[in-house]
Amino acid sequence: MQIDPLKTPLDRRSRELRHQMVRMMEEAGRGHLASAFSLVEILRVLYDDILRIDPSRPDWPQRDRLILSKGHGCMALYVMLAERGFFPESALWDFCKPGGLLGGHPEHKVPGVEASTGSLGHGLSFGVGFALNARMDDSPARTYVVVGDGECNEGSVWEAAMAAAKHQLANLCVLVDCNKLQSYGPTADIQNLDPFADKWRAFGFEVNEVDGHDLVALRQLLERPPGRQPRTIICHTVKGKGIPEVENNLAWHHKSKLPTEKLAELYQALEEN
Amino acid sequence: MRQTCLDTVYQLARQDERVVFIGSDLGEGTLADFRREIPQRFFMEGISEANILTMAAGLAMNGKIPYVNTIAPFLTRRAYEQILLDLCLHRVNVRLLGNGGGMVYAPLGPTHMVIEDLAALRAIPGMTILAPADAEEMQRLMRLTTDYQGPIYVRFGKGFDPVVSQAEQPVVIGKAVTYASGNDLLLISTGITLKLVLEAAENLQNQGVSTAILHYHSIKPFDTESLLARAAQVRAVITVEEHSVIGGLGGAVAETLLEADLARVPKFRRIGVPDQFPEDYGSQAHLMNSFGICSENIIAQAQAML
Repeated sequence: MQIDPLKTPLDRRSRELRHQMVRMMEEAGRGHLASAFSLVEILRVLYDDILRIDPSRPDWPQRDRLILSKGHGCMALYVMLAERGFFPESALWDFCKPGGLLGGHPEHKVPGVEASTGSLGHGLSFGVGFALNARMDDSPARTYVVVGDGECNEGSVWEAAMAAAKHQLANLCVLVDCNKLQSYGPTADIQNLDPFADKWRAFGFEVNEVDGHDLVALRQLLERPPGRQPRTIICHTVKGKGIPEVENNLAWHHKSKLPTEKLAELYQALEEN
Repeated sequence: MRQTCLDTVYQLARQDERVVFIGSDLGEGTLADFRREIPQRFFMEGISEANILTMAAGLAMNGKIPYVNTIAPFLTRRAYEQILLDLCLHRVNVRLLGNGGGMVYAPLGPTHMVIEDLAALRAIPGMTILAPADAEEMQRLMRLTTDYQGPIYVRFGKGFDPVVSQAEQPVVIGKAVTYASGNDLLLISTGITLKLVLEAAENLQNQGVSTAILHYHSIKPFDTESLLARAAQVRAVITVEEHSVIGGLGGAVAETLLEADLARVPKFRRIGVPDQFPEDYGSQAHLMNSFGICSENIIAQAQAML
């Protein structure tokens, strides 16, 4: 499937969300910016259009669940949760600070965060538990799990995939933020996942592929009613999407102590994109 | 003890709709009645401990009480991070039922024995660790597990362990049980070593050694109060466990005693598996004897100390 997410334009709101994340980095002095940038449109569509949630009742039993299994992309999650009113926007500016609500990986104590993640390969198993529970309770709640493609190196992801297929968890949807880069290099070199879509199919999933920065295409896929199997949507994304210097640049997997001039360049680049 | 434990889970499941059973790949026919009667809460999920534990956490976070059963080494070693992060960090009500804690599976070799589970799990905040002496104490403890908050690990023996615990003793999670109240020597047991300690104490009493016995079916929370009250009365303390001498019962007792600034610190010895892998085969009793985890050695150590 030929998808070139590098060329997909970003609208005003997508750039503003990224602007907030750069500001979080400015305040905290650190962050996994590139990993968060590849996720923004996936989370945006989920939080804007798909998830049945009520920010005033984060523990509402009937709510849909989203688990960010690639927890290092949490800045994107935090800006969406703040926008939806799970906590005040001011919490974003205390990112990673003493006494702050939000740390460098999501924690379940944060309103709207379903599970603490950060160590990779746990989220999909949480999702299997959530989806199974919804079925046992006859609840309409759906579960969405965002995993990274690099994360799929972990064997536990595939244990969970087998379990999801065994139980035919049609109320479970895996979204792979497939940016094709992990910390040290291209996923194709570090631990090749191909044929990736075929792997998920072979494990018993209905599989779709999409440009993970194309809001319309993402929305169309996610609005489809569930079938009889669990689903995987492979979202082809660009690590660092939105700032040319950061895009597909391994040096940006995790950054700390950015000088003021560099921050100014990042803000400027977001305006120009 | 294993069969009694699983039967108890079945009874709990009949009484409480939150109770769910999850096994990995257990023996044919395990909990057949449970499966037939309550299939929607019976899961046999394959040889995949990492997924099973986090899946259980996911169920527990939504109100279920999953009882997860497989053999103790795989349950505690294979998915330690899942226990630490997904069970303990999230403080969920998952119950881990570990078959064959210690050297029960001696004939099967070191891959199937676990002599570090108490130490490894004791280091995790919020973990509760139970090691009953026999099937009856197990049942009394298991009945307390549905309404207890947070994750629990239950280490149990092979079955057919002789019943030595006393039904009239109240069972409270986190509270040691007093079996004797002498003032020369304090013997401390956990799990199946209660039997050894009772045997040794009888022998020592006949020799005129006034012996106290504290039994810890709860390794964590650890009852420091009972320990310090007893330890202040005696000249010597011996811990006996089917576990490494590092970090388990002996470790917990040593830490407590040394930090208590007792006016008179009793002599102290740990009996357990020394810092080495069990490499021999044979029976559980054979391996325990080879490491001195036996009443004869308890008696010999006591005589040397007093």
